[in-house]
Amino acid sequence: MSPILVVENVTKKYGGLVAVNDVSFSVMSGEILSVIGPNGAGKSTMFKLISSFVRTTSGQVLFKGKRISNLTPHVVARLGVVRTFQETTIFRSMTVRENIVVSHHLRSKASLFGFFIGSAVAKADERAFGESADDIIEFLGLQSIRDELASNLPQGHLRALGMAIGLATNPSVLLLDEPFAGMNHDETMHMVTLVKRLRDERGVTVLLVEHDMPAVMKISDRIVVINFGEKIAEGIPSEIQSNEKVIEAYLGSEDDAIGL
Amino acid sequence: MNIKKLFGVILFLLLVLVVVPWLIAKSGRWDFYYTLTSVSLLSIASAGVWLTFYIGRINIGQGAYALAGGYVAAVLVSKYGINFWLTIPLAGLFCAALSVLIGLPILRLRGVYFAMVTLVLTEVMRLAALALPVTNGAKGITSIPLPQELSVFGFTVIPDFSTLANTKLAFYLTSVVLMVICYFVLWRIVNSRLGHLCRSLQQNEELSASIGVNTAYLRVIAYSISSFFGGVAGSMFVAISQSIYPSSFQVTDSVNFMLNCFLGGLGYVFGPMLGTLVLYFGWDLLFTAGRYQLLIYSTLLIALILLLPNGILSMGIFNRKKTRS
Repeated sequence: MSPILVVENVTKKYGGLVAVNDVSFSVMSGEILSVIGPNGAGKSTMFKLISSFVRTTSGQVLFKGKRISNLTPHVVARLGVVRTFQETTIFRSMTVRENIVVSHHLRSKASLFGFFIGSAVAKADERAFGESADDIIEFLGLQSIRDELASNLPQGHLRALGMAIGLATNPSVLLLDEPFAGMNHDETMHMVTLVKRLRDERGVTVLLVEHDMPAVMKISDRIVVINFGEKIAEGIPSEIQSNEKVIEAYLGSEDDAIGL
Repeated sequence: MNIKKLFGVILFLLLVLVVVPWLIAKSGRWDFYYTLTSVSLLSIASAGVWLTFYIGRINIGQGAYALAGGYVAAVLVSKYGINFWLTIPLAGLFCAALSVLIGLPILRLRGVYFAMVTLVLTEVMRLAALALPVTNGAKGITSIPLPQELSVFGFTVIPDFSTLANTKLAFYLTSVVLMVICYFVLWRIVNSRLGHLCRSLQQNEELSASIGVNTAYLRVIAYSISSFFGGVAGSMFVAISQSIYPSSFQVTDSVNFMLNCFLGGLGYVFGPMLGTLVLYFGWDLLFTAGRYQLLIYSTLLIALILLLPNGILSMGIFNRKKTRS
C-alpha cells in the first residue's frame, strides 16, 4: 500500500496558542485511520487543516503527492478529499434525497448554463444523480426517511445523512468528524459496520476523528494519538492500547476509556 | 402536473394581457395602466432582490442598480440615439458587470453586515449620479424620446411609440411581457441546478463548500443576475417617465423591493410579484386615510409579517396550487 494522504510537519498557531505542533503522519490508500486524543488536543484543527478550512502556519498536506493545504475547501473537495461535520451540519430545509442529490454537484458534466436551458447533458446528469442518490440511500439504509425534511430527523439519522452527503461527492478520502458522538452502543456498532462497508465496498479511504475509544479500537487499521497539539503515538490498535505515553495522556479518565 | 402548470400560465397571460385591458377600457380608469405598469416593473426589480435572498443575503441595494440601469438607458438613447429596446439588455449587462465589481468584496459579508453595505449602496449611487458629468447632475436627463420601432428582419415586433394613440396601453403590455420573461428566467433558475446550489448556499455555506461548490463564484453569479433584473426595471422606467433624476430611485425604493419579497414569501418564486402588487395597491388604497396613511400602512405591514412570516403565498389557499419552489 502507498500513502494517499501525507501530513508533513504541519503546525497551526492561533496567535500565541499552538493548536497543532509539527505533526506528521500518512494515510495509506484504502485504510481506516483514526486520530484520537483528549479534549482540546487539536484533533478538529488537524481536520480543518487537511480539508483547507483553515490555513497551516507551516508544513503541508499532500494528497497523491500534490499539496492540498492552504487551498480553498471546494478545490480540495474537487480533488477528492471530502469532510463531514461534527455538528449536525446539513441542508436543513431540503429532504434527505434532495440533500444527497444536490451534493452530487462535483460529478456534473454540464455547465450551470446547460442546466438552466435544460440541455441533454444536464438532463442525463440529473438522472444519474437521482439514481446514485437512491443507491446511497439504500447503502446507508435510509429508505424510510428519504422524503423526510432534514430538519425533522433525529441525531442518528442526521449523522448518516452527513455521511451520505460526503459519499455523494464520490471522494477518494472521506474525513469523518466524530461519527459516533452522541450515539448509544447499538447505533455506534451499526455505524462501525457502515464505515467498514464504505471502505470495503466503495474503496473509500477513511480518516476519522473520534472520542469513543471502544469504537475506535474496533474500527481502525491504525491510530494516531495527539495530545496538546503534538503526535505522541502511532500504530495499530493493540500497540496504542499498551503505549505508555497514551495511557499517561488519558490518565485521570477511567482505564476503560481507552478500551483496556 | 405539467399541463396544470401550462394552464396556469395561459390563464395568467390571458388575465394580464386581455382581461385587465378590457376591464380598464370598460371602466375608463386609464390611470390604472400607470399603476399596473409600475407594479410589473417594480416586481422585476423585486425578483432580483428575491434571488439574493435565495443565496442567503439580505439585499437592500436594488435601487442602486435600478438607478444605474435607468441612467445607462437614458444616456444611450438621448446622447447616442441607440434604439431604446436595445438599451434594456445593455442596461442589464452594465448593472451585472457593475455588481460583479461591487459584489466581489462585499459578498463575503453575511447577515446584517451585508444588508448595511447594500443599504449604503443606493445612497452612493445617488451621489454618483449627482456628481458625474455624464448624468447631468441634479437636473437629470429629461425629454428622452419615446421608444422607437423594434424590427427583426424587417418584421415589426414593437411599433414606434410616438405613432401610437394609446402609449399607456403599449407601455403596460411591453412591461407585462418583460415581467413575464424575467419571472420565467427566475423560475428556470430556481428549478435548475443553479437554484438548488443557491439553496444549499442559503442553508449552509460551509457544507456547500465541502461538497465542492465554489461558493464565492456562485454568490457573484446570483448577485449579478439579481442586479441585471434591477437594471432592466430601471431602464424601462426611464422610457415611461421619459426622464431620470438622481432621486428617481432612493433608499425607500430599495427597502420597498426587499419588503415586496418578504411580503410575498421568500420561499416562492412568484412571491415578489404578489408582494409588489399588494404593497403598491395597499399604499394607494390608504391614500384616503390622509395623514394616517403611513401609520395604518406600517401597522398592517408589521401585523402581516408577524402573522405570515413566510409571506402571503404561505397561506393555505395558495398551497393547494403549490407554486412552491
